[in-house]
Amino acid sequence: MRKLIFGLFIAFLPVLGLAAGGAVSLDEFDSDHSDKASLQRGVATFTNYCMGCHSMEYARYKRVANDLEIPEALYKENLIFTGAKIGELMKNSMSKDMAADWFGAPPPDLTLETRLRGEDWVYSYLRGFYKDETRPFGVNNVVFPLVGMPHALVGLQGLCAVEPKIGAEASVEPLSGSINNADVCPEYAIEGSMTGAEFDQAMYDLTNFMSYMADPVKLERERLGIFVLIFVAIFFVFAYLLNREYWKDVH
Amino acid sequence: MQKLISWVDERLPIVDAWNKHLAKYYAPKNFNVWYFFGSLAMLALVNQLVTGIWLTMSYNPTSEGAFASVEYIMRDVEWGWLLRYLHSTGASAFFIVVYLHMFRGLMYGSYQKPRELIWLFGMLIYLALMAEAFMGYLLPWGQMSYWGAQVIVNLFGAIPVIGDDLSLWIRGDYLISGITLNRFFALHVVALPIVLLALVVLHILALHEVGSNNPDGIEIKKNKDENGIPKDGIPFHPYYSVHDLLGVAVFFFIFFVVVFYFPEVGGLFLEKPNFEPANPLKTPEHIAPVWYFTPFYAMLRAVTLELFGLPAKFWGVVVMGGAIAILFVLPWLDRSPVRSIRYKGWLSKIALAVFAVSFVVLGYLGLVPATEGRTMVAQILTALYFLYFILMPFYTRMEKTKPVPERVTG
Repeated sequence: MRKLIFGLFIAFLPVLGLAAGGAVSLDEFDSDHSDKASLQRGVATFTNYCMGCHSMEYARYKRVANDLEIPEALYKENLIFTGAKIGELMKNSMSKDMAADWFGAPPPDLTLETRLRGEDWVYSYLRGFYKDETRPFGVNNVVFPLVGMPHALVGLQGLCAVEPKIGAEASVEPLSGSINNADVCPEYAIEGSMTGAEFDQAMYDLTNFMSYMADPVKLERERLGIFVLIFVAIFFVFAYLLNREYWKDVH
Repeated sequence: MQKLISWVDERLPIVDAWNKHLAKYYAPKNFNVWYFFGSLAMLALVNQLVTGIWLTMSYNPTSEGAFASVEYIMRDVEWGWLLRYLHSTGASAFFIVVYLHMFRGLMYGSYQKPRELIWLFGMLIYLALMAEAFMGYLLPWGQMSYWGAQVIVNLFGAIPVIGDDLSLWIRGDYLISGITLNRFFALHVVALPIVLLALVVLHILALHEVGSNNPDGIEIKKNKDENGIPKDGIPFHPYYSVHDLLGVAVFFFIFFVVVFYFPEVGGLFLEKPNFEPANPLKTPEHIAPVWYFTPFYAMLRAVTLELFGLPAKFWGVVVMGGAIAILFVLPWLDRSPVRSIRYKGWLSKIALAVFAVSFVVLGYLGLVPATEGRTMVAQILTALYFLYFILMPFYTRMEKTKPVPERVTG
């Protein structure tokens, strides 16, 4: 048995090598799909600020409403802007050809974005915009340099005047007691409606929602997995006893 | 029940078949943990067939609809996510058990006379499995599906004179397109599974004709009792059928941990770029095949030498093909008087260890982007891989072997 486990361990060794790598430092993100309040705030932010350009066309409104425990009537009234039926896919009304003219490339569908780029990346990217007059939309992003997207959340965050400190650890200054890097943006060119901490929370919720959208069955999968593993473990005990019974007469 | 059995048996020899392959198939009693992987490979095959059939029911094999239909399976189809994760994890699990099964063969000399045909059928299974996995990987129509297929099919283009026409013929188009997807789908779900099943039957029929090898590499048929039953043999059923259940339980436990908790295995079983639909105009930064092909991919990239006016890529393809082809002649390279590594000399032991380490490290190197240093390591390891086979006729004959016991041990 030990050899079998060792054999499988060896087989999985290459996984360890893959963990390394990554060019830009990112802020860490831990999703929590059981935090329905966070997911509800996230879907509100996404629908209001992102969905005009970015579809989530592999998912259906109804599933989101049910999973996030939002009554369907309430969802329909407040979170469907296209007149779509609740059972339809979450498309938007922007034409891909025109969008390509406006932005250079059509805004990508975001259903699977957190699985494509990683949750850390999305969370950092959302907080990585800063003022850069050389760019067509006047903004750039530390996580995605030369990004072709305007800062859609400028009304909430404001516009950072300098490059935000993504991936920097917060620390306490020993003499003054003030906190370094408490806020990703130390200086704003335009003030937004949220404080730095509020915006971080809003982006946590938004990323959490996107993480849920990329893998909506995660909670259910992990819940079921326990029962399956317990079943297999009990099956092992019976298989072991059966095997021992038969092999008694082999010498 | 008995009446029904005898009714059928008079018309079809089912009792005979049952006895020949299960109840009176005498297997050596000293199988160790390495002997689980044969039956586990069969289990993996059944899992792929069953989940595959159900996936086919909801999958749309067109370039316009393939990616969305996979997400439809993941989100809207009842238990679709489970079917798909069982299938995607099952593919990798299949290769893990097959690699361990092959390594068992190398260790205990299971390819030696009279088991050459079993080894050859096994190698053909491995070849068919690689084709099956490669074509199946295109079907989700993600970025890595697309560009992985593009890179591999282009390899055929490296063959002089006929290369370009050959890769055009495989693709059915000037680039990977919906036409390629359709034919790969047909081959993946119909043609290759039939070939695989036929080869598995031949593999097992050949095995049951000559009997199983064992960790001591002894022929148990040499020592029979008065009834003609090998003294060291036990009926496969019930002894090994209940024994294999243990292996099944352990396998399933690990398998389901992956399926339910780590279906992507950090991008190794499901590569991250495959969460984006195929885009012929956008090449991913780093194209790597799935892990089970990476040892050969590393060998392909390790060849940087132009020779006889032919490009390095061509020689890379030759090396890659040679790495698989040389496995076929293994039964005729081993000249040792003994089968098992237990009784071979230290040269064989070192050679096998170096070979195994080379293969695993090449697998790692095939996953990561190439650098100058890594390419040099890959070149050395590729050489070691081939030396294991090329030098085998010499070191297996030169070395001093240990005496083989009359009866099986442990």
